[in-house]
Amino acid sequence: MALDQSFVGRSYPPTDPYEVGREKIREFAEAIGDANPVYTDREAAKALGHPDVIAPPTFPFAITFQAAGVVVQDPDLGLDYSRVVHGDQKFAYTRPVRAGDLLTVTSTIEAIKSLAGNDILDIRGEVHDESGEHVVTAWTKLVARAAGEDTTGGEA
Amino acid sequence: MAATIAYDDIEVGTELPARTFPVTRATLVRYAGASGDFNPIHWNEKFAREVGLPDVIAHGMFTMASAIRVVTDWVGDPGAVVEYGVRFTKPVVVPNDDQGAVVEVTAKVAAKLDDRRVRVDLTATSAGQKVLGMSRAVVRLA
Repeated sequence: MALDQSFVGRSYPPTDPYEVGREKIREFAEAIGDANPVYTDREAAKALGHPDVIAPPTFPFAITFQAAGVVVQDPDLGLDYSRVVHGDQKFAYTRPVRAGDLLTVTSTIEAIKSLAGNDILDIRGEVHDESGEHVVTAWTKLVARAAGEDTTGGEA
Repeated sequence: MAATIAYDDIEVGTELPARTFPVTRATLVRYAGASGDFNPIHWNEKFAREVGLPDVIAHGMFTMASAIRVVTDWVGDPGAVVEYGVRFTKPVVVPNDDQGAVVEVTAKVAAKLDDRRVRVDLTATSAGQKVLGMSRAVVRLA
């Protein structure tokens, strides 16, 4: 079923702050097998001009996707999440996320399309720090596959 | 930020050192925990097959995280990445054996931009299939 076009442009209230922990960054870096010391060693991060350890470039997704839950689970939108795969992902950074950040996410529905029975939803998540400065924007394209179609592309 | 590669030394077509990244079921369990993405298609074979997948597949965001390492290891400072985007074109299928899957990543400089930035285009394949498309990063060099 096609999604309601009137949701395009809708923004949801900012999330409660997410505090970025140094050990969470370490855990994430280890999970992706990345031994770059800028993620775990404060002195190494400082040597590159960062005030504290920074997070890998894809780390913000864990925060923005959780925030996008308000969109995905909005009963008025009616997305069938059991058929959703991740289509595209993009980030634009003002600066890297770093330990100690208190981040809020504002999610906006940028576009809704219907293509060959698939519902395609573009969500933008704007991430700001505790002083209101922009840190990163994440664009997530979700595709709700038409019922009965095999999974041939994409990723959930 | 403190990139170690100088903009003036780089030409369009410069190839970055290619990398291969092994992915096993253990990798996926660890990534699920660290990222908070517990979708069972990434660890439960029975569930994956029920929803039409050939087997358990890797998190797309894990593949995306692996691919950008070609760029961040090259440039030195991951904070030099200004933009990064991918399209998930095919899943990385991860069998339950000692080998798992392998993601192969290549990258080259596709354009020199203003403000000492370059655009790097990446390719990622697994089992001969292109798993990421439109994969591009913009990086600020020294």
